[in-house]
Amino acid sequence: MSHQPQQQSSGQPIAFVSAQALRARMHDAVNDPHLRQSFRGAMDFLMAKRAAQFPDQDELDSLRTLSEGIRQYSLSKLPELLEQLEANLTRNGVKVHWAETPDEANAIMLDIARRHSAKLIVKGKSMVSEEIEFNHAMEAAGVGALESDMGEYIVQLAGEKPSHIIMPAIHQTKQQIANLFAEKIPGVDYTDNVDALIRIGRNVLRDKFESADIGLSGVNFAVAETGTLCLVENEGNGRMCTTVPKVHIAITGIEKIVEKLEHVAPLYSILTRSATGQAVSTYFNMISGPRKAGDKDGPEEVHLVLLDNGRSQAYADEQLRKTLQCIRCGACMNHCPVYTRIGGHAYGTTYPGPIGKIVSPHMMGLEQTHLLPTASSLCGACGEVCPVKIPIPELLIRLRGEANSAPHANPAMVGQGAAYDPKISFVWRMWARLYGRPATYRAFSWLATRFRALTPRKQSGWTVARTPLQPAPRRLRDMLKDRR
Amino acid sequence: MSKPLVSTNAGHQARTYPPRPEAVYFYGTCLVDMFVPEAGMDAIALLEREGIRVIFPDNQTCCGQPAFTSGFPEEALQVVASQLDLFPGDYPIVVPSGSCGGMIRWHWEKVIGDDAALKARAASIAARTYEFAEFLLHVVGFDRKDEGPATTVTLHTSCSARREMGTHLVGRELLARLGNVTLAHHDHESECCGFGGTFSLKHPDISTAMVTDKVASLKATGANQLVTADCGCMLNITKRAAKEDLDAGRAKPSLPGEHLATFLLRRTGGKPVGDAQ
Repeated sequence: MSHQPQQQSSGQPIAFVSAQALRARMHDAVNDPHLRQSFRGAMDFLMAKRAAQFPDQDELDSLRTLSEGIRQYSLSKLPELLEQLEANLTRNGVKVHWAETPDEANAIMLDIARRHSAKLIVKGKSMVSEEIEFNHAMEAAGVGALESDMGEYIVQLAGEKPSHIIMPAIHQTKQQIANLFAEKIPGVDYTDNVDALIRIGRNVLRDKFESADIGLSGVNFAVAETGTLCLVENEGNGRMCTTVPKVHIAITGIEKIVEKLEHVAPLYSILTRSATGQAVSTYFNMISGPRKAGDKDGPEEVHLVLLDNGRSQAYADEQLRKTLQCIRCGACMNHCPVYTRIGGHAYGTTYPGPIGKIVSPHMMGLEQTHLLPTASSLCGACGEVCPVKIPIPELLIRLRGEANSAPHANPAMVGQGAAYDPKISFVWRMWARLYGRPATYRAFSWLATRFRALTPRKQSGWTVARTPLQPAPRRLRDMLKDRR
Repeated sequence: MSKPLVSTNAGHQARTYPPRPEAVYFYGTCLVDMFVPEAGMDAIALLEREGIRVIFPDNQTCCGQPAFTSGFPEEALQVVASQLDLFPGDYPIVVPSGSCGGMIRWHWEKVIGDDAALKARAASIAARTYEFAEFLLHVVGFDRKDEGPATTVTLHTSCSARREMGTHLVGRELLARLGNVTLAHHDHESECCGFGGTFSLKHPDISTAMVTDKVASLKATGANQLVTADCGCMLNITKRAAKEDLDAGRAKPSLPGEHLATFLLRRTGGKPVGDAQ
C-alpha cells in the first residue's frame, strides 16, 4: 500500500476503557429499564423495516453474494485502487491527503481550516469524523464544528457520542430531545412535537450553512475509475455541506473504495434496504470535483482525507481483512440481542454492536477492546443479516484467540495477548486433556455422575439467575448398557 | 408464522438427504451424556423404533466447541483429533443438538488446519452429520400417529440449528405432524436465549437479560410446556424459569421443558425413560 500501517500505535484512544470499566458500563446499561425498552422498540422497528424490503429470499441471497464479491474484489486490489482514486481525483481537481492516525487526519484538516481562516465547519454525518474525535480537535484549536445531521446535532448538543452508526440519537426519547432543545437553544420553548422539533433544528442549521467556511462530509463509496465520492443521506444536509461552503472536506477510511461506477448500484441498493429499510435514500450525492467555470454552485476547493487508523492491520491478514468489507449499514446492531440489551454507549467505542466488536480492536488495540469480542453468544444473527456476508461470529472467535493467547513475536494485531491469563490457559489445557482422552473422560464423567451430590451449588455466572446444574444419576452410556 | 421477526436461514443451501440407512452412529454430546441422558435415550428409541440400528461409539467425549468458541483452537484440536476415529463406516452420524452438530459439520475442518489426511476424515464426517430432528424428518420421514391428549406447546430453536444447520423449520414440521398438538409461537422467536456457552459465565448480566426476556416470551404463549432440540438452550431456559419459580415461591414449574425427542416419543405411543421413574 502507499501508506504503511503504524505498527506500534493502536490509534488515538477515544478514552481508555479498561475491561473493568467496560463491564461496569454494560452492567449499568443492561439494568436500565428505560434504555432496554427504547432500544428493544427501536430495533424491532428497524428489523421489521428491513425484512419488508426483502420479501424474496432468493433475491436477497443473490444480492448479498454480489455485494460480498464486489467488496472482496475491491479489497483484493486495494493498493492499486487507492492510487487510481488519487490520480483520478487529482485530475478532477480534488486534493487528496493521506492520514495514518487520527492525529494526522485532524492536523491535515486543521491546516486547511487555518489556511482559510475558518471559524466554523458545518458537518454532514460522518462516523470517521467521530472515530478521530474531529469536533474535539477543532474546538481545541478554536475552530467551531457543528453537526448538521439531525441525530448528530442532538447528540452534539447533549455532549454525547452516537449510540448507533446510522441513528446516532436513537437512545434519546422525544421528551428528552424537547428538554434539550428548550435548555440549549436560545428562545426555544418546550415542545415534544416531533415535526416542531425538526423545524427548530433545521432553522438553527439553515443559518449555519450560510455562514460556515468549510463543509465536512463522510463518503459511502469512493469510485476509483472516475474519481467520484458517493454520499448517501436522507436529510439534504449532506448536499448542503458539500455544496454551500467554499471548501468541502470529505473524510473516509481507506477501505470504502470500489473500482467501477457500476459497483456502486448493488451496494447502494443493499445498503439502504439493510440500514433503514428504504428502497433508496432521499438523497444520493456524487461528487467529482470543485465548481467549474460556469457552474452555478459548488465549493471552490474539495479535499479528500483517506484515513488508515488500523485498517491496514486488518488488511494484512486474510481472515481479518473481511472486517473491511463493511459498508456501515448498522443491520448487525439492529439484529444483535446484546446491542438491543445494552445500547451503543456501553461499548465505549465509536462503532458499537457486532461490527464495533470486530473493527474497534484494529483502531484501538486489543488492550482496551479485548472484552468486546467475548460479549457475544455467537448467535449468528449479525452474520445472517450482513449485506456483504462478513462472517462476524468467526471473526469474534479469531479475536478471542488473539487476545487469549500468550504474547508472541510478530503478532497479527496490536495488543495480541492482552487478555492472556496463564491460569485460564492452564484450565483449558486441562480441559483438553480430559476431553481429548476418552478413558479420562469416562472416568471423570463416571465420578461426576456418581458423586453428583457434591456438585457445587454456586456455579459462577450461571447461578446468578438460574438454579444450579447437576449431573444426571447415570450417564447416557450407562443407561444404554443397562438396557442391553 | 410470526413474520418478520422469524429470520430465514440465508447462509446455507438446501441439503440433499440420503435414503433411510440400515444403521446410524449416535453422537450423544457431553451435555446429554452427563446432564440430560434421557434425551439421548429417547432419541435412540425413536430411531430404533423405525428399524434403524444405532451404534454408540464408546470413545465419544465432546465435539470441542467450548474451546473453539472461547478462542483456544489448539485445545479444541486435541479434542477433535480424539474423535476422528469414531465413525469408520459410512453410516450417517446423528447428533441430538444443533450446536454440536454445527461444530462437527462446519468447524472441525477449520480446527484441523492444514493436515490434508485429517481434513479429509473431518470432511467425510461433516458430510454425514445430521442434527437429530433434521434426520428424523428428512431421512426417516417420521410420521407416527399422535396418541396423546390435546395440548399446546411452545418451541425454541437454537441459533446453531437455525443458522448453522439450517434446520429452523424442522421442529415446526415435526410438531405439525402431531394431530393433537398446537404450537404456540413466541415473540422474537429467532432471538438467542442467551446461553452461548462460556458467554453465560463471562457476561452473566447480559446473558441473564436475554434469558429472562426469552422465558417471558415463552410463558406469554400460555403453552403447557417448552420443547427444544438443543439441551444447552433447554437447561438455560428451564433453569432460569426454575429460579423465577423458586424466588416467587411457586412449587409447580411455570415453564417445564424437554427435548423434542422425549416429547415425540411420548406422543406417539413410546415410553420416555424419564417417565418410568
